[in-house]
Amino acid sequence: MAAKKEITIKAFRFNAETDYLPYYKTYKMEIGKDELILDLLNRIKWEHDGSFSYRRSCRHGICGACGIKVNGKATLSCKQNAMELVELFGDELVFEPQSIKRAVKDMIIDKGDFWEKHNAIKPYVDTKVDPHPTSETIMSKEQVANFLDADYCIQCGSCHYACPVVEVNEEYFGPAAFAAAYRFAVDPRDNAQTERLEITAQMGPGVWDCVKCYECAEACPKEVNPIEKITKLHNMQFEKGVAKRNVATKHAEGFVRSIKKFGYLDEQDIVLYSEGLGVVKHLSEALKMIKAGKVHPFDIMKKKMPRSKNLDEIQKLIEISQTNELK
Amino acid sequence: MSNLKYALYTGCTARESTPELLSSTMAVAKKLGIELVLLDEASCCGASHLQDFDDFLALVLNARNICYAEKLGLDMVTICNTCQLNTAMTKERLDSDPKLKAKVNKKLAEVGLEYKGTSRVRHFQYVLIEDYGLENIAAKVEVPLSHFNIAPFYGCHNIRPSELHHEVNGNENPYNPTSLDKLIEALEGNAVDYESKNKCCGFHVDLQAPKTSNALSGGALLDAIDNNADVMVTPCPLCQLNMDLKQDSAGKQLGREIELPVLHLPQMIALALGCTIEEIGLKRNVTKATHLI
Repeated sequence: MAAKKEITIKAFRFNAETDYLPYYKTYKMEIGKDELILDLLNRIKWEHDGSFSYRRSCRHGICGACGIKVNGKATLSCKQNAMELVELFGDELVFEPQSIKRAVKDMIIDKGDFWEKHNAIKPYVDTKVDPHPTSETIMSKEQVANFLDADYCIQCGSCHYACPVVEVNEEYFGPAAFAAAYRFAVDPRDNAQTERLEITAQMGPGVWDCVKCYECAEACPKEVNPIEKITKLHNMQFEKGVAKRNVATKHAEGFVRSIKKFGYLDEQDIVLYSEGLGVVKHLSEALKMIKAGKVHPFDIMKKKMPRSKNLDEIQKLIEISQTNELK
Repeated sequence: MSNLKYALYTGCTARESTPELLSSTMAVAKKLGIELVLLDEASCCGASHLQDFDDFLALVLNARNICYAEKLGLDMVTICNTCQLNTAMTKERLDSDPKLKAKVNKKLAEVGLEYKGTSRVRHFQYVLIEDYGLENIAAKVEVPLSHFNIAPFYGCHNIRPSELHHEVNGNENPYNPTSLDKLIEALEGNAVDYESKNKCCGFHVDLQAPKTSNALSGGALLDAIDNNADVMVTPCPLCQLNMDLKQDSAGKQLGREIELPVLHLPQMIALALGCTIEEIGLKRNVTKATHLI
């Protein structure tokens, strides 16, 4: 890593009270190998323009205030070495708020949607507290390990505003809320597990709208790995009997049905099975596929499906390993 | 080129909805002298949906698939990003957790198999780049793609989570991936630089949330079109299906006409290497790309 380097910072500038449109302002500076992105934000404000605005507080990666995006990468400013990003992106760093459409002033955004969604999943241990307890609530190491990494979340919003579904589906709770839902749902003191699973199982706001892009896992500065928690919430819906039969749950469960029969996924059957009568909306796509010779109408009727060799092994493994079911 | 030999895990899509992916992959391998042994015993990887339903069952089935590559003493090669993710993630979880590995192996023992962890799991894209080499591919080009602006669409599951993939994807930066761009340039095509190249196509919610899926796939296609792309290329057949097949509905939702051929990565390479029309299988692309020949 270079000890010093001359770089250009292009910073997003916008004041919702006075500006009609945002703009970018360029700052040139020499940076050292130990400087953090937060140091560069400070230097813009202290050395170039006192009106430059951003959130900061603890400087220890724990308050979650200073999240921004650098060249599109979700970044907790006080934790991110600047030279590392110069090596990743080159000599021009672009500083932007986490969500441009929510910009209030420069790096500062209105995080209202984040907190609203966070609150919706009941982010607290729901329990009756004995005012005069005679002993502590003892938790085993395993019980704590279940949610310890999810508990490291500092609500910085990095994953939430990196999530493409949050961008296009306003009701979607988002990865941070799901990680919190999971954290409390597996807390042995908690009494609201079923309720939380029902909240996060809703079509639209819930986990079934996750696109599996792993942007959240990549964005998180605390290694919470939200999508892993989303998968766990999916599984818990089936384990705890919360899952209702709908297009998404049937789609997930339908894989077993196909694999049992063929080893492979029957790509036509999974759509039919998941959609039920709703399958008619895929008619024009099916016709396009037939026209392009991707599938043959005969295949659909006669089921000329490929089959895995040693299919009996696969069937046996399903029989002895399957633990969940869709009632 | 010394003998390059791999166990090919085709996944389901290459054997069903996108046969052109399998034929072009085999054609490219043949042209370059790479030996691919088909893993006919393998099952579906679960595509993240089986993982949502029954995570443990998905682990067992994926471990079984890897067992068959291990038996051959070969690295496993995938041609679908989602197969790559689910197989590599199974490997990572079993290799890092002896208890879980033992639990899975107990099941596998019932069918006479054992997962050892001896085969690497790699996507064909990175095998070509790292083992065969871009310069060697460039030397084999018979039909330069110099007339075309080609938009690389990387597909999430080859680049994220980067910690999982970095050893098998040349340390690709998920925020600024470059390997496909370089591959396009090796085939003498013009790589289109556009913001959506590392974004999600929305395939995995196509059934339950078609609006989200259309917004993401349509957005990326329009971004490529607005940056003068003539054609898009992707290493993932799920991205390819979603972006090739749904252009009408995405266009309707976004209020703009969308027409952009989307090739599988091996189709593009097969074009440049002068493979046969039948092998490249362009007639099977829904948004026609036959003008490329």
